[in-house]
Amino acid sequence: MSSTLSQQFEQASPGQSGSTQSETTQGELWGVMAEFSDAASLYHAAEHFRDAGWKRWDTYSPCPIHGMPEAMGLRQSKVTFAMGTMAFLGFSCAVAMQWWMSAVDYPIITAGKPFGAWEQFTPIMFELSVLFGAFGAIGGMLALNGLPMWYHPLLKKNRFLRVSDDRFVLAVEASDPQFNKDQVKALLAKLGGQHIDEVEA
Amino acid sequence: MTTLQPDQAAALGLVSHKPRSEYVDPATIDGTLIDDPGKRAPLVLGNRDFHSVTNTICGWIENKTPKWWPMAFIISAHIAGIGTLAILYLIITGVGVWGLQRPVMWGWDIVNFVWWVGIGHAGTLISAILCLLKQKWRVSINRFAEAMTIFAVICAGTFPGIHVGRVWMAWMLFPLPNMNWIWPNFRSPLLWDVFAVGTYFTVSLLFWYMGMIPDLATMRDRVTARREQKTTLGPIWAPHPLPGFIKNLTITLPLNKIGSWVYGFLSLGWRFSNRHWNNYEKAYLLLAGVSTPLVLSVHSVVSFDFAVSIIPGWHTTIFPPYFVAGAIFSGFAMVLTLLIPARELYPGMKDFVTARTIENMCKIITVTGSMVGFAYMMEFFIAWYGANEFEQQTFVRRAFGPYWWAYWTMVLCNVISPQVFWFKWARTSIPFIFVITIFVNIGMWFERFVIITTLSADFLPSAWRYYRASAVDVATYIGSLGIFMTLFLLFCRFIPMLAISEVKGVMKQADPHAHDHHHGNGHGNGHANGHTKGAH
Repeated sequence: MSSTLSQQFEQASPGQSGSTQSETTQGELWGVMAEFSDAASLYHAAEHFRDAGWKRWDTYSPCPIHGMPEAMGLRQSKVTFAMGTMAFLGFSCAVAMQWWMSAVDYPIITAGKPFGAWEQFTPIMFELSVLFGAFGAIGGMLALNGLPMWYHPLLKKNRFLRVSDDRFVLAVEASDPQFNKDQVKALLAKLGGQHIDEVEA
Repeated sequence: MTTLQPDQAAALGLVSHKPRSEYVDPATIDGTLIDDPGKRAPLVLGNRDFHSVTNTICGWIENKTPKWWPMAFIISAHIAGIGTLAILYLIITGVGVWGLQRPVMWGWDIVNFVWWVGIGHAGTLISAILCLLKQKWRVSINRFAEAMTIFAVICAGTFPGIHVGRVWMAWMLFPLPNMNWIWPNFRSPLLWDVFAVGTYFTVSLLFWYMGMIPDLATMRDRVTARREQKTTLGPIWAPHPLPGFIKNLTITLPLNKIGSWVYGFLSLGWRFSNRHWNNYEKAYLLLAGVSTPLVLSVHSVVSFDFAVSIIPGWHTTIFPPYFVAGAIFSGFAMVLTLLIPARELYPGMKDFVTARTIENMCKIITVTGSMVGFAYMMEFFIAWYGANEFEQQTFVRRAFGPYWWAYWTMVLCNVISPQVFWFKWARTSIPFIFVITIFVNIGMWFERFVIITTLSADFLPSAWRYYRASAVDVATYIGSLGIFMTLFLLFCRFIPMLAISEVKGVMKQADPHAHDHHHGNGHGNGHANGHTKGAH
């Protein structure tokens, strides 16, 4: 009972530990994954895949790695647009709501001030812009990432679950036009990948 | 036979095993208080790798409940219960059970509201402003401080909710369509406050949750690895003999399976993909960007509640900056009040929350405390310089009138006590810092008390009256502390207290170029070419 977590992982996946190539799997092939020992080797492997023009592949690491988006050839994230749009929507809602409620539908006389004066609406304009913008940022992030997605072929792999601890993984999907199982495995091995394994869909 | 916690041995082993690679100068406490500006203080100590970071932080949740925790939880929950009873009594009877009397119609309820909202400023300040300023030491305290923010704002929100008298009408705070066909007055700072605090709470919660998604995924992966393992609870310990059928009672539950579902659901299927991290980091930065003005705006709007009125002593333009400085001041004090015991109680936490982190926070307390002290001085100066007799009288009365004790408590706690942090021995002595943070918490409560008791001497001397809080006021306030502590203890028990992925991100293992000069040439073809591309 006092076994460590890593031992449990090994026990949970006896066929996969230690060997670089497991026996062919039953189901449909989703892709191939390989472990890398550190951030640097994953970074260099990513550069190789970027330069070789691969399309459907990804790297996985316990934390964001500085420079990895460039090493993978990723574009600037589009979250900014989601947030900007939502912030503008929030601002518009604040203007419309306050103006309609206090100047049109229910004008209240306070200190003889004009009903539709914008100055007193500014705090709520700001607050709603921020509120909607925050929802835009987090919602946009999740939408761009395709989350929530509680099922993923990789999450069935016990070794893959160690990415959340200290592993660095590169996975190539079978749907990539260049994909050839044996060649990809050989390439990953050449780049320093260990525990190269097939992932079922 | 132990019942749970397969990682306990590993986590405790790693905690006690701390090979130090270098000689640590005792003057630098744990090696982080380096005065040499050419040297960077390490952020994570104890020669830790990623695995030991995960094990230690997750170990605080996975290991057997610490002995002090149930006791602390029971006490906090009972105090929260007292507060709930006080609120129930208020709702049943009416706001008359508070000490509110003309002309003081804003009493402890508003004091507590402002105090709690102020405390709630540290979390978002640490995660937003310090993020934009690239203060990497914040990664070990941001989760903690954000949790504190959320719980503080929950406590704050309670007070306006119950002070309306008829709580079933509290929805009228919001512009909702209603049978009377009326809308709230958008020129009132009280309505701005509803939006400001509501937005602040929602954005803080989103920020906190988003930062937590990867760590919840870590918890999911760890608990999934042992999901088939059942947990046996019991037998119950009690200080007195128990009947036989309870004494040996044990229950076996599939807690790991439940944990795997709960953490799995909450982590939204996060799988640490770098394509995801790309969007995630951008979203984090954007949230930090919008939260920065938000932090500064919330307490400004709270101060408008006072400053937009025409009461002498309230109607001043210094209120917004003065309130914001005070809020950050009290927030940092409360973070330290909670962090210092946690740092002692959780093994290994000192490797992340280093002496330098604590020292930095002390410096912020001194800066903001000095701003607050300056604001107190300016209030008096402007009262004198403005040559308004009524305002002058208000301030003289503040310092030397019937509430002199509150005023001088405030000055002692807020102006004088944080000045000790100019001395290095004070910034590095943990027990001493703890005492000062308690002083600051008390002082900031009195600051708001001093402000509201201005009401006790309003325009007509015949209406003046000395304000006294009732027992229900006190019980509600103490109860809000209980609610806060109860929520906080639950947080410590079930959620990773430190942002695991952010801590890993500032470690040298996360730097892809750390080893390049050693064996960077051995990585096959094409990578030198890739490097130049990557750099642009």
